Amino acid sequence: MARYFLIRLVSLVISLIVASVVIFSLIEIIPGDPAAFMLGINAQEDTVAALRAELGLDVSPVTRYFEWIGGMMTGDFGTSYTYRTPVTEMIGERLWISLPLALIALALSTLIAFPVGILAASRRGSMTDTVIMGFTQLGVAIPNFWFAMLMVLVFAINLRWFSAGGFPGWDEGFLAGLKALTLPAVSLALPQASILARVMRSALVDTLDEDFMRTARAKGLNRRQAIWRHALRNAMIPVLTIIGLQFSFLLAGAIIIENVFFLPGLGRLIFQAISQRDLIVVESVVMLLVFAVIVVNFAVDIAYALVDPRLRRQA
Amino acid sequence: MNTYRNLVIGATLSGLFVIAALVSFLWVPYDIENLNIAERMRTPTPAHPLGTDHFGRDILSMVMIGARTSIAVAFVAVGIGMGLGVPLGLAAAAHKGSLLDEVIGRGNDLVFAFPSLLIAILITATFGPSAVNAIIAIGIFNVPVFARLTRGSALSLWKREFIMAARVSGKTTVRISIEHILPNLSNLLIVQGTIQFSLAILAEAALSYVGLGAQPPTPSWGRMLADSQTMISLAPHLALAPGLAIVFTVLGLNLLGDGLRDVFDPRLRRGRT
Repeated sequence: MARYFLIRLVSLVISLIVASVVIFSLIEIIPGDPAAFMLGINAQEDTVAALRAELGLDVSPVTRYFEWIGGMMTGDFGTSYTYRTPVTEMIGERLWISLPLALIALALSTLIAFPVGILAASRRGSMTDTVIMGFTQLGVAIPNFWFAMLMVLVFAINLRWFSAGGFPGWDEGFLAGLKALTLPAVSLALPQASILARVMRSALVDTLDEDFMRTARAKGLNRRQAIWRHALRNAMIPVLTIIGLQFSFLLAGAIIIENVFFLPGLGRLIFQAISQRDLIVVESVVMLLVFAVIVVNFAVDIAYALVDPRLRRQA
Repeated sequence: MNTYRNLVIGATLSGLFVIAALVSFLWVPYDIENLNIAERMRTPTPAHPLGTDHFGRDILSMVMIGARTSIAVAFVAVGIGMGLGVPLGLAAAAHKGSLLDEVIGRGNDLVFAFPSLLIAILITATFGPSAVNAIIAIGIFNVPVFARLTRGSALSLWKREFIMAARVSGKTTVRISIEHILPNLSNLLIVQGTIQFSLAILAEAALSYVGLGAQPPTPSWGRMLADSQTMISLAPHLALAPGLAIVFTVLGLNLLGDGLRDVFDPRLRRGRT
């Protein structure tokens, strides 16, 4: 297990290094000089040069890359070109919207999908299964941002239960914040829950046909005991893969959903920063999101080994 | 019975939109480049079955042309993903534990680590928004999905007796991968393919919605939804038509995939009836 963990840890570090180089290089080839962009078309050349020096743009890309990486390791993401405030602060404020949004959505999606998927699989071919699968077919097909728009129409505009958008800030109280994130989280979670429920069902159905399930039944376990003790654990590998994947879907989805609900999260920060040529903000936010997803993938790999001892031995 | 029901409903729904997309090359009810402000935001009438938008353009005509954009982007993107991902996954599984396997695995992790939308944002910020860049972004993201699925499922197959028999009979790794592993994965790949196709249509819609996909004046369903958002309380029908077009297309493709899988795999059909 220690060796498996170590191998995964090394590849985690390599992935992070490669990702940072890719992001930095892509941002480097974006046309347009941030200093010239900030000062406008009438700026004097020496003013632009002075600003480039102030922003640290006058050194070589390699030096800048290492300064960027070194800074991030100590929690210093640099200073925003546009707002002249530390990027760490800007990300910090917005992270408290995007992260809870993605996590609530992930939790909702898992809480809905597990029981629904297990129920459908254990009653395969029944009316219950058909109805559940019908609903999940519909859930998979609905774009989350359109679903979000419809929810705004129904719950914000017609029923007035929730606000149509915006975020009051956590200072206004936990419940007020939670209320503002409810519609966005539900719009993110439902389509994901449908996908996860379908994967759960199909993984479980595959396992139910295995020989060890017949053996479990033959040694006297009833259907439910056999599913809980043997089938579920074996069905977890594809399910864990999808949960890991969903985290990146949710982060990306959060970017879109933040636009529907005008939530000042990381997604809106990226779009603003791109339009303002605030490259340091773009690369830092993207790197942070990629870091989060790589670490989650690492956790999924470790979870595989915990669920399936065969993988541990193979490593 | 259930088998053919899925197949028929799925083929009908997705076929309808493919036909609408093809017909739109030859004929649409109204020319969408003619703006008719006097007729704007009309609710459905016999002359405009789906109503008109804020510029007075016929929504049915726009949905038909939008179908082209969605289907074309999704088709090419999934093609890229499957074409590259499946061979990579087969190779990784056949040489489990080798350097090749490790490189493919880490490469997958790396692409997975970029949510597709972030790739699209970076590509768009660098090269400008367009449908082609949307295809590349969605396509790149599809590669590791197929590679990982193929590798994971192929690994368990490599342990099975019939593969050992094939090895003993002297078949090469490549032949075993193609002749024995791949056919046994086709069921999974069809299911994943339909999910990815529908996801690609959804992704294209999402990218167009935030302005990173097909650019105006090319109509796209996502763009139409973005335009309708500010007017949703005044004219909800503007948001309904493109939204339902996405839902029905995706639903149709998924049902079609399920139906095909049931027909191809008698084992599943027996399990269901």
